[in-house]
Order: sequence, then structure tokens, then C-alpha cells
Amino acid sequence: MSELVTLSINGNKYTAEKGQYILQVARAHGIKIPSLCNLDAVEPYGACRLCIVEITRENRKRIVTSCLFPVEEGLIVETDSPRVIGNRKMLLDLLLARCSENKVIRQLADEYGIEKSSFEKEYWTKENCIVCGLCARVCEQVVGVSAISLVNRGITKGPASPYLESAKACIGCGSCFYACPTGAIKMEDKEGYRYIYNWRIKYKLQKCTICGIEWAPEKQLEYIRKKWNLPKGFFDVCPNCR
Amino acid sequence: MPGKLKSPKELEALHKKLAKGLETDKARVSVCNGTACRPYGSNPVVEAFKAAIDKKGLADKVEFKVTGCHGFCERGPIAIVEPGNIFYQKIKPEDVPEILDKTVLNKQVISRLLFKEPITKAEITAQADLPFYKNQRRIILGNNVRIDPTNIEDYISIGGYSALAKALFDYQPTQIIDIVKQSGLRGRGGGGFTTGVKWESCRNAHGDIKYVIVNADEGDPGAYANEGLLTGNPHSVLEGLIIGAFAIGSHQGYIYVRNEYPLALKNITNAMEQARKLGLLGKNILGSGFDFDVRVNRGGGAFICGESTALMASLEGKVGEPRAKYTHTVEKGLWDRPSDLNNVETWANIPLIINNGADWFKKIGTPTNTGTKIFSLTGKVNNTGLVEVPMGIQLRDIIFNIGGGIREGKKFKAVQTGGPSGGCLPESMLDMPVDFDALTKVGSMMGSGGMIVMDENNCMVDIAKYYLSFLEEESCGKCVPCREGIKRMRQILNDITSGAGKESDLPLLEEVGHCLRDSALCQLGGSAPNPVLTTMQYFREEYIEHIKLKKCRAGVCKDLITFSITEEKCPDCGMCVKACPAEAITAVGKRKPVVLDQAKCIKCRTCYEVCKLGAVKIE
Repeated sequence: MSELVTLSINGNKYTAEKGQYILQVARAHGIKIPSLCNLDAVEPYGACRLCIVEITRENRKRIVTSCLFPVEEGLIVETDSPRVIGNRKMLLDLLLARCSENKVIRQLADEYGIEKSSFEKEYWTKENCIVCGLCARVCEQVVGVSAISLVNRGITKGPASPYLESAKACIGCGSCFYACPTGAIKMEDKEGYRYIYNWRIKYKLQKCTICGIEWAPEKQLEYIRKKWNLPKGFFDVCPNCR
Repeated sequence: MPGKLKSPKELEALHKKLAKGLETDKARVSVCNGTACRPYGSNPVVEAFKAAIDKKGLADKVEFKVTGCHGFCERGPIAIVEPGNIFYQKIKPEDVPEILDKTVLNKQVISRLLFKEPITKAEITAQADLPFYKNQRRIILGNNVRIDPTNIEDYISIGGYSALAKALFDYQPTQIIDIVKQSGLRGRGGGGFTTGVKWESCRNAHGDIKYVIVNADEGDPGAYANEGLLTGNPHSVLEGLIIGAFAIGSHQGYIYVRNEYPLALKNITNAMEQARKLGLLGKNILGSGFDFDVRVNRGGGAFICGESTALMASLEGKVGEPRAKYTHTVEKGLWDRPSDLNNVETWANIPLIINNGADWFKKIGTPTNTGTKIFSLTGKVNNTGLVEVPMGIQLRDIIFNIGGGIREGKKFKAVQTGGPSGGCLPESMLDMPVDFDALTKVGSMMGSGGMIVMDENNCMVDIAKYYLSFLEEESCGKCVPCREGIKRMRQILNDITSGAGKESDLPLLEEVGHCLRDSALCQLGGSAPNPVLTTMQYFREEYIEHIKLKKCRAGVCKDLITFSITEEKCPDCGMCVKACPAEAITAVGKRKPVVLDQAKCIKCRTCYEVCKLGAVKIE
């Protein structure tokens, strides 16, 4: 067992394993810290900054991102100090100006009492993507195909398929769709095909030979079959009929 | 070139031999062929010298040296003639035969080519007497004048690589770290972290493989101190790096140079090759048993790659994006291995500290800010160039004594230190000492040593907007506050400068600014609001004038100004009529003042610039 440390979060003492991140420890104890770009399945990234907390170390207070800050002995953490709340509200204000019609952002803004963005309405945009990179990170770190990535720099940065053409390496698994925190990825199964519009793909769905349900893209099943060295026809039958 | 040097004795013997060569009666001409002098025409001057020396058969009588940057870029092309330390400025190829005939052969000074004091018009002969140089302390840059950067023998002749020999044979690695710690040297890239402590952490970090890195991705607009060093004295950086590698226990180094510095790339690559041939780089350096080699990597033009973690990502072949530094790079840096990254200037200080000792270094500067700092002095000062001053010098000394004051007798308004995310400081702060802590305290920073001087014709709101547009483009876009915050702040400033500003904009700008400082992922975002917050703090009245009175006192913001002709001053010379690209000005008859059509005027300022009589008025 690895080394244990004791830290304080909002005045209460907790024990955690050294090397865990503040956000993990807080969530394990039911302490709510908002976050959009964090997912247990992938490495923390620190893009949305909503999970900021205020820590005290050697009598100095500073703001850190809890998804990336490893806990240590004697660490004092405040998850909702006035400084944290002030910054978090501004971050949501900025996100609201970018994603003025997005439901997830709207809901978070409501939780923090933000009625409307402080910035000039004429500059608002209706984006859904907050460029947290979860789609690309999941595709790389979980699926292992790196079919998409973040492209460009600064205000033009965003996820994209190579050269904005159909993402050839994509297996159509839809992990990006499920990982996206703000519903920015449009995926649809219809008439025997899976479409992920963001990456311009259209893949044929496999039909279960027993119940006839179209249950996953053929390309995805073929990828898994080869990866695990499974016999041909292994995925002819859907999990329900197996 | 001699073969591999196998011991410090062989290096010392080579040094003695080369140093002896310097003790000649020969006259010496050294011409600056640095990056700033080249567009002024230093290449043709160099060629003219070579041709004339050849033609006149003077090869035995004069030693001609083509060097890197001398610093006084404003006056290029520059040559120094020894003996006499005679400083010639703005030289043209046709002046060259005269310099050789009169000054080199007959020790006569050509007064036409001397520097003239702008106010008293007094001629100054010796370089050391020029106000620009007199008030500096050029421990690092000073050698640029003495050496041909493409020739390692020049560097060895003035004692080059003796610090390396001393470090390898007289000290244990930990002793070197102690010396650097005692010297108080702080990172010159802007962070100001104590170099010795950084080295020590890297040495103590777990892992067999460690890396040392030179950060030469100097991307601040107007800053070129690293370029001047790497181009003019590449061996000093390389020597410092090898010493650091030995102290830290690293066998592989990287030099990350921005690709926009072709000359620096060429000179450092050449320096590495020469050092390898002499056994100063590679396996078994000087017979010490210590192996170390280095690679040059070229940056691809992203400003953010000057940030240490982004630079390392870029070295790894990934997208140049910073990461959180909660685990320091000295523990987990390049390829997750302990890595020590220092700025070009930091590395160049190392040989001096090893050779002269920590006590010598500590005598320069102030107790908490030791040594010198190189600044790229640019903007509206008379003497632009690279200046090296002891830490703790007052801003006023740099701008008025070294810089020679403001151009065209205009009034000083602000000085911006530390690159695009530095702060703008007003006149009341000119007596402030220039060091890491003092600059940070007033909302600016040292950065990598940019120093841009502004006069009454600069609009501070417009300046803030300019830097934000730069940072908006150069932000990597990874984190929300930087990507979204800079954009929104720039939009607000756009509104203010175009006359659509509101009073509520000011507190909003402050709020976004503070959010960036607190919550951005890296220092680009964290320092990005500095130009806005400092101009709002020190020049608030200009913001209020823009918002309430729709007025730009500097006459810069196009939407808030109009151009008109002061009739009694206009003699109908026609200069503005010819120059106006919008054909908005027409002549209406002899000796009658010209007429400016407001509807056609595009407010480009051309008429204002060309009118020598001040008849164009900006309101």
C-alpha cells in the first residue's frame, strides 16, 4: 500500500494516498467541485479550470486546479472560498459568452447565480464545444486510435479530423460522443449506418443474426476482434442474444 | 585548427599561444555584423574593408575582425579602431578607404564619422566615453566586440573555456552548484528563480538520465538580447551549458532556438562543431572522462514555446502546449526525465562566475538581485540597442543616460518592460530600481529583458489593445481563461478605442484580468492582463477620456480623431496633396491653403507625417 497523507478540505480532515489528486479525494468523499474537462478514464488536463480550489501551503494561499494538484501531508484546501467562487464565476461568464445557448453551461451558470454573461451580447457565440479536448484524449488514451486531435492555436483551436476530411482512423465507437461534457459532438444511428458528423464519418452497422438489431459499427467490431485475436464471426450475434 | 585537446594543460598552452598573438603592434578594426547592423548595410562595409585591405596590401598592418552585435544598433554600421578605441558610426562602404588611410595608418580621427552628443553636439571619439556605453556594465556583451563569433580560437584567446577546465578539474559538481548558489544568480528568462537551487534540485532528482536545455526561443516583440548573445558569443553560452551539465550530471543538452534567428542558429551550430573538434564537447571532454553532447532544435514560430513546459513538449515532437508545473520540470521534464532549462543569458553568466568567483559576481547589482541584466532598449528613445546594466539601476538611468532621452524632444510617457505581458510604467516610477522583485511589485515584470519606451504620441489604451491582440494570437488556446479571457478583453478595448466604450467596461476588465492572473494554466495567461491592468492603474484618465469624452489625447485611435488643416500655417506646398493615398486633400489655387475632405479622409496620418510646418492638426 502506498504512503498515506492527511489533508484538510473545507475544514474537515481526510486521509488519502500520496499521488492522488485533490479532485479525486474530494469526489471520493462526496465534496462537490465542478469540472468539465476531467474524466477518470484519461489523464487530467487542466483546460476548463472550473475545478480550481484555494490551497494553503507554508502559510501562503494560492489557487490551483484540483484535477492536477497532487495531495500532500498537511495540505489545506478550500473548495468554495470567496476567491475561488469569484474566479469560477468569471470562468463561467466567459464560457457563457462562448456557448450562449448550451444547456450544460447554462445549468452551471444558474448554480452560480449568473443570469447572463457580462460581455456585450453582440459578441456572444453559439458554440457548444469548450475545447476541453476530451474527445481527442479519449480517442488517444482509451480507444487508442487517435483519429482526431485538437488543431490550430489560440481562439481558433478546436477538435478536428485530419485536414478536416473524413477521419480515416476513426472506428466509429462513439467514445468521443459519450465523453463530451457539453454535447458538442453530433452522432446518430440511422438506416443501418452510424454517422459522427463532426468527423465526417458514415459507417455500416452490424446486424445481429438472431434478433436483427443494429448494434455497433462493423469497423469498430472488426477493430476489437483483431485486437483481441477473436475468431471470425465472433460479433455476428449481439451481446443480448449471446 | 589544432587537434583534440586532451588536458587542461593543452588548453592553457593553446590559450597562451593565441593570447600572444593579440599582443601585436597591429592596428585592429572590428566591424559589427550583427543582425541589426545588417539591414543598415554592414555587409557591404565588411566587404569594402576586405577588398581595401587586400588592395592596399595592409594584411600585415591591420587585423580585421567581423564581430557580432556591439549593442548600439541605432548607429549601425559600427566599427571600432584600435588603438584608441575609436568609435565610428553609420559607416558607408565609401568611408572605408579613408578609415584605413587616415585612422589605421596615420592615427588621424575622422570627425565626420564620430558620434555627436545630440544636445551639446560635442564629438566623442572613444567608445568607452559614449554615454551609451559609459553607463553600462558589459560583463557578458562586452566580449562581442573582441571576438569573431565563428572562430573558436578567438574565444580561447581571451580565456574562453578556462572556466570549463576549472570546473572539470578543480571542483566537484556539488561545489560548482554551491558557487552558483552563492553568486545569487537568478534565471534571466524572466522567472528570476535562483539558478543554483534549480540545478541542485535537478541534480538531486531521481533518474540516471538528465537533460540540460538552453531556452533561446526569445519571442517578445522588440526583444533580441538572446539573439545578440547567441550570434555574437555562442561559445560563452555553450561553455556555461557544459559546466551546468557537469554540475547536474547530464550528458545530453538541447538548444532550442527560434527559427526566425537564422544567424544565431548558424553561429551556435558552427560553435558546437568547432568545440567538438577541439575535444571541448563530446566524449571525454579535455581528458576528464566527462561526456556531454548537445543538439540544436529549431522552434516553429510559436511564442508559447518559450514557456518551459511547452518548449519541452515541442522538443518531444508534440504540440507546444504548456502543462501544469505542480511537479517541477527539474524532477519530471523532457520525456519525463529531470531537466534543467535556463535562458541563454543565464548560461552565459556561468563561465564568468566560475572564473571570477561568487563574491565578484555578488558585488555587481544589489544583494538580492546580483549581476547584470541585458535589456533590448527600443521605442521612442534616441539610442536604441542592447544595453547591459547592473541590476538595481534606475529606469531613468537606462532611458535618459544610456538611451539618451526621448526622440525629437518629445515628452516621456511610459516604459514597458518584460515583453508583451509586461506592464507599462509611468514617469513617476522612473526612479524605481530595475530588478525582478521591484518590477513585479508594481505590476510589471523583468521578462526576458524587453524595454519599450513610449512618448506622448502613444495612446495607452491602444498599446494595451495591441499587446492583447498579440497574446490572443499567441495563446495556445488550451485553457479557458487565457483563450476566452484575452479575446473578451481585447473586444472591450476595441470598443473603447472605437468610441463605443462604457463606464462599466473598466471594472469588467479588472475582473477578467484578475481571473486570468489567478486561474490561467501558465504564465502567458497569468501575465497577459498586465498591460491592461497597469495602463488602467497608471493612465486611467486616458481610459476615461476615451469612454466619456470620446477623445484620444495621443491622436492615435482613428474613430476618435479628425484631421484638419490649420489655414494660416499652410503655404500650399502640396506635399500632403501628393502623399494622401485617399485623394482627400486638394489644392485650390496658388498660395491658398489646401482643403481636406473629411468624408474621404481615412485617418492614415500620412499628411501629418509629411507636413513639415505643422499645419495638419489632429483633434
